[in-house]
Amino acid sequence: MANDTKKNTVKAKPRLTRKQKERRQLLRSLAYTVGITGVALLGYVPVLGQWVKRLRPPGALEEDRFLSACIKCGQCVQVCPVEAIKLADIDEGFGIGVPYIDPRKQACDFSCDGLQCVLACPTGALTHDIDYPAQVNIGKAKLDKPQICLAMLGKGFKGATRAQDNFDGVLRFDEVDRWNAVPLTSQEFDLEICDLCVRLCPIEVRANQCDAGHPPSGDHSQCPPRAIKLVEISNENGVKKMKPEILDGCVGCGVCEMVCPTAEPAIVVDINEHRGDGKNQWEPDSRDIKTVKELG
Amino acid sequence: MSGFVESIKVLFGAAPSRPDKTKFSPEVKELHAKKKLDPERIAAIHEELAEAKKLPQKWRRRRWAVLIIVNLLFVLSYHLDISLLEGSLTGSRFMGFHMADLNSALQVMLAYKHVVLNLIIGTTTIFIMWWLLGGRTFCSWVCPYHLVAEWAESLHLKLAEKGWVKDHPFDRRTRTWFWLIFVTLAIVTGYTVYETISPTGILSRALIYGPGLALLWVALLLLFEIFYSRRAWCRYGCPIGLTYGLVGTISPLKVQYHLVDCLHEGECRKVCMVPHVLDTVIKGKANDLDVDIGADCTRCGRCVEVCPTESLTFKFKGIGDKL
Repeated sequence: MANDTKKNTVKAKPRLTRKQKERRQLLRSLAYTVGITGVALLGYVPVLGQWVKRLRPPGALEEDRFLSACIKCGQCVQVCPVEAIKLADIDEGFGIGVPYIDPRKQACDFSCDGLQCVLACPTGALTHDIDYPAQVNIGKAKLDKPQICLAMLGKGFKGATRAQDNFDGVLRFDEVDRWNAVPLTSQEFDLEICDLCVRLCPIEVRANQCDAGHPPSGDHSQCPPRAIKLVEISNENGVKKMKPEILDGCVGCGVCEMVCPTAEPAIVVDINEHRGDGKNQWEPDSRDIKTVKELG
Repeated sequence: MSGFVESIKVLFGAAPSRPDKTKFSPEVKELHAKKKLDPERIAAIHEELAEAKKLPQKWRRRRWAVLIIVNLLFVLSYHLDISLLEGSLTGSRFMGFHMADLNSALQVMLAYKHVVLNLIIGTTTIFIMWWLLGGRTFCSWVCPYHLVAEWAESLHLKLAEKGWVKDHPFDRRTRTWFWLIFVTLAIVTGYTVYETISPTGILSRALIYGPGLALLWVALLLLFEIFYSRRAWCRYGCPIGLTYGLVGTISPLKVQYHLVDCLHEGECRKVCMVPHVLDTVIKGKANDLDVDIGADCTRCGRCVEVCPTESLTFKFKGIGDKL
């Protein structure tokens, strides 16, 4: 009986004919095709589910078109002097290799002046239509946690910001070094009321230069509209409380989020909010030039 | 001309066609008729090969050196900030001049449906470069996945020798299906779907910008090749290979087969990643004294270096085989 079973199993496994072999190979190939295509299409899930919302570099097209236009080469990463741009991993599906900015770690401070990432982009995923920081429209800052904002609490700020979390990000301070960003924690402040988000805003810095009659690169057309200011909300018992108010000139660069000294940033960039219709639409116009001229 | 059509058919996955023996020239006929397999000489060759233990590695060493240098150039250019070769393999700038991987550029163009001048410049540069250099030459001389897959392959062969693993070949038309599927997906979804799984892009970025989770996918592909199917990705999967193969159909750089000296003992087909392109070296199949190897050939030079009778050589049209 045992012998019979053995014989049967041997018989049950005859050599495959050529035709059977070909059939198996074809089925195997179909499975391979379906499998690989399936894995590739899994990349749809994080995109459709909007699992990740990223700040994209200056000039980035609207998200869907940005993902298609980007060739995932990282040239924007390479030219950024403050290394603000990172590339996404495979967990972001079709967004793999696509650049993003995490402003709390390192914001774009426009210390390249000329939007190097835009110039480096080989496919126009970072639109070549813009030339100046003020034309950028990454998102819009918003006061996310007013209850912890030092200005809202009427508090000042002393010392280096974010020194407590061993922060290694950099920021350009024109008065320290016109050309290079320096570690943020290397700069000490002594402020009666905390206005870091206003004082360090790259757009505000440029607007101030314009008001002082020294526009960036001596180019009056680069004078941007104001981006952020502090407004007084109360003044009781000598304690002045102020609120950061975001203005139309905010480009969403994220410097305010990076420099905010609270443990969690009180102010963050909201990528769902954009100036105007969401396009990189600010055009340098005659009004700004006139303002400067008026100042003489 | 028939050679050109045949080259494209084989590239798309057709089996090499049987040559029409009635159309052979008298010299070729005579050679085929006279040529008897010389078992003694072949046995001697095999004995010599067995004693040598290792096959000649001249071209492989040169190729690995070029592949490593090119990829290292990307890495060093970024980390030393010398702006020599910026970007990664999908898109780059060589001393400021745009270069775009043809398959990545194709995916972007089809998904985005809009092409900027820089991309046209980059695509044209790369097209001309790889047309001159042979199309799939990109695969074996530049693609970082090719190198790791080559190591995985030698591991597969060692395991196969011990009988622990078995090669499961796929239908070669699979790669054409993939190519069409990913072209269609790019158009329909508007995303560069292929880039999500492209081991070439993933590896190139990992080398330059640092490793990530995506390397797990590359590792999975390698394990699949080691334990299930020899060189499965490069042979039957990669649409980049087909894109460059199409460029190579009209390339002046080719490997050429010379019937006169060949003993048909088949060392070349054993080492070849795409042995269907070497169908012509089988006894009685060459339709001319010298036959150009087809477009699917990656010009890796393995066959050139292992051929004991020097019947396979590199040839650049116009320069001849003085390479």
